[in-house]
Amino acid sequence: MEHQPFFKHGPSPLARFIFFASISLVLMVLDARLNALDSLRQIISVAVAPLQRLAMTPAELLDRTGNFFVTQARLQNENAVLRQQQLAQAAQLQRMQAMQAENIHLRNLLGVQQQRGESVVAAEIVYVGRDPFSQKITVDKGSNHKVQAGQPALDDVGVIGQVTQVYPFSSEITLLTDKDQAIPVEIVRNGARAIAFGHGQDGTLELPFMAANADIQNGDTLVTSGIDGVYPAGLPVAVVSKIERNAAFAKITCTPSAGVNRHKQILILTGEVRRFQKPEPDPAVTGTTGGKAPVSRKKRG
Amino acid sequence: MHYPGAPELLKPASLKFILLTLVSGLLLNLLPWHGLALSFRPDFVALALLFWAIHEPRKSGFAAAWVAGLLMDVGDGVILGQHAFAYTLGVYVAIMLHRRIQRFTLWQQASHVLLLLLLLQTTMLVIRLFGGGVFPGPGYFLSCLTGAMLWPALSLLFLLPQRGRPDTDSVYSAGHK
Repeated sequence: MEHQPFFKHGPSPLARFIFFASISLVLMVLDARLNALDSLRQIISVAVAPLQRLAMTPAELLDRTGNFFVTQARLQNENAVLRQQQLAQAAQLQRMQAMQAENIHLRNLLGVQQQRGESVVAAEIVYVGRDPFSQKITVDKGSNHKVQAGQPALDDVGVIGQVTQVYPFSSEITLLTDKDQAIPVEIVRNGARAIAFGHGQDGTLELPFMAANADIQNGDTLVTSGIDGVYPAGLPVAVVSKIERNAAFAKITCTPSAGVNRHKQILILTGEVRRFQKPEPDPAVTGTTGGKAPVSRKKRG
Repeated sequence: MHYPGAPELLKPASLKFILLTLVSGLLLNLLPWHGLALSFRPDFVALALLFWAIHEPRKSGFAAAWVAGLLMDVGDGVILGQHAFAYTLGVYVAIMLHRRIQRFTLWQQASHVLLLLLLLQTTMLVIRLFGGGVFPGPGYFLSCLTGAMLWPALSLLFLLPQRGRPDTDSVYSAGHK
């Protein structure tokens, strides 16, 4: 500006804006591209956590008063149903124990590595994500309860997603339906393996890279295949709901089995997260293919 | 009663009050909104920031907007800097326009605020699209509309502590004297 201001105001608004905007831009690049700001996020979360707690109290109070006025008849009904369920499940549990023993025995015979024993943390959903661009929930258990990033989260029906961000007293779980989330699955009927990707907004999963004539039907159940080392094998993931076979690859849409809208409680499997090392490129192999670089698969998302 | 457009003589807002409004904005934003309520939820922090940028352009800092933005980023679990950038941009535009906006009646101001909120929302949309997000549908902009509708009520509320002594000529306030 060419004129001299009558009062001194410090730097002009434009200068201040450029200053703060550029710090924000740097932060965004560091966070999105390099994932270098986890510690800063942890520090800021210390300031936000009390506010979040405070913001949760009205809803909790409402919830508690609601619980207080439950009728006796409803409680008795619920009790009766639960008792029946418990009987049925006790019978199943006994069968399962017998089968587990048999399984261990057979595995020993085969010399197969023991499946890892899973320990579980029950967590309560605090928030269902406020960010319209991603599918995330926040739960009330964090690193103080042995939750680590990468651990799978389940409800009583199937897989919900994976822990992606851990704070001391809470953690963020990215749902399977998030656009950047993938899970290796297996069709129960025929054992065919595939990878299910989240679809983003509409709460469905899709199976890309399946040939148009692949053996898959409406209503097929998908379970985790366990080959990624993150999700244990055999957990229900989704049910195939729609198949379009008019291109080279079939367009397969699935409905997730588990849902975060049904209950407040979920389970986090807190076993060790196995991390696989990237295989070293083998010089012998690249030598035989005439110096061609090995085909690298581009990471999705 | 002052006629629309006439500048009203107001006491300067205290910094404590500004801080209080910002913190309550953060609290309201962090309430467990979800589903339909979430798409209608106005961004209370943005409203408070814009209000102070328009009414106290010398006091409302970019620093406050930036810090509040970072807190929102962590609270919502989004890219660090998304809200911070949008809020500083909004505050800048509001400060540039504050003389103009102050001359209007509350509802006319609300239409300006609607545009400012749309600017904020679009900025965040662009940031997310660059980060590989998908457009969440036109419902994403609903919160701007509710925010603008809230503006007149919010203005009256925020200006309460700055109004001078009660008008002694008024019939209603005479009894309180």
